Amino acid sequence: MSFISRGFRGKRRDAASSSRVPPGQYVVNDFPVLSAGPTPRVAFSEWTFVVEGEIDQPKKWTWEEFRKLPTEEVTKDIHCVTKWTKLDTAWKGVSVDTILEGVETSAEYVMAFSYGGYTTNLPLEDVTGGKAWVAYEFDGQPLHPEHGGPARLLVPHLYFWKSAKWVRGLRLLNKDEPGFWESNGYNMYGDPWREQRYWGD
Amino acid sequence: MTVQQSDLKLDGNAIAGLLREIFTMEMTTAESTCAGCHKVHAVGQVEVYMNAPGAVVRCPACGQVQMRIVKGGGRYWLDLSGIRCLEFSA
Ligand SMILES: [Zn+2]
Repeated sequence: MSFISRGFRGKRRDAASSSRVPPGQYVVNDFPVLSAGPTPRVAFSEWTFVVEGEIDQPKKWTWEEFRKLPTEEVTKDIHCVTKWTKLDTAWKGVSVDTILEGVETSAEYVMAFSYGGYTTNLPLEDVTGGKAWVAYEFDGQPLHPEHGGPARLLVPHLYFWKSAKWVRGLRLLNKDEPGFWESNGYNMYGDPWREQRYWGD
Repeated sequence: MTVQQSDLKLDGNAIAGLLREIFTMEMTTAESTCAGCHKVHAVGQVEVYMNAPGAVVRCPACGQVQMRIVKGGGRYWLDLSGIRCLEFSA
């Protein structure tokens, strides 16, 4: 029974995929693990999330406080710059709109920063308006450390290196600054539909 | 925060071919001084992560990023800011 429905699902996906797979990408069914370093294991008791930078009163949540924020469940296609695309990934987390609620700022950019030292830069308008989440569940399960747990940023409309694993906070910036990959060849914006992989794309 | 040694970690020999594309010298026997902790390691002995948008080289002693190598679109980008000095035989 499950075998038959899986076959059907595969076919539907193939038909739908042409309009959902950006140029130069191919569809995978597994979830490849990408990592620029050892996997940080952050205990929930140590975990915090902060909003800092161009903000009068920096904001900070413990894991317990963060889990009390309103949650959203979203299903999105994700596109890695190493050319794989994964369709219909299911996440649960907190919208960045909720995290930034009530924040007065002149900032137009954010730097997401992570446990382990990773950073990535984004325009503020690309993480607001229902476009980004801090996700802590994948496929109905707590997010595995290999995939960025306890929590990762999820910005599905940009290449997946922008969806920082092990995210620890957002720094609000007036000026765009390059993050870990953006300072060494990768595009400052990273729109998969325009194949903005590298500098000058 | 504790750090798990990832299965994805390789040693410096994993980037021997990539370095050969960039440098004319044999690089795995070159010795690099870490800009963070100042310890010296042969390039063949460093920690390398390649399941990523680029190759990331880390110091085996302190974990700091020593090198980032990105290859794509007909270009290379090479960040050596985590290495204070690179010594190799003439
Ligand atoms: Zn070091």
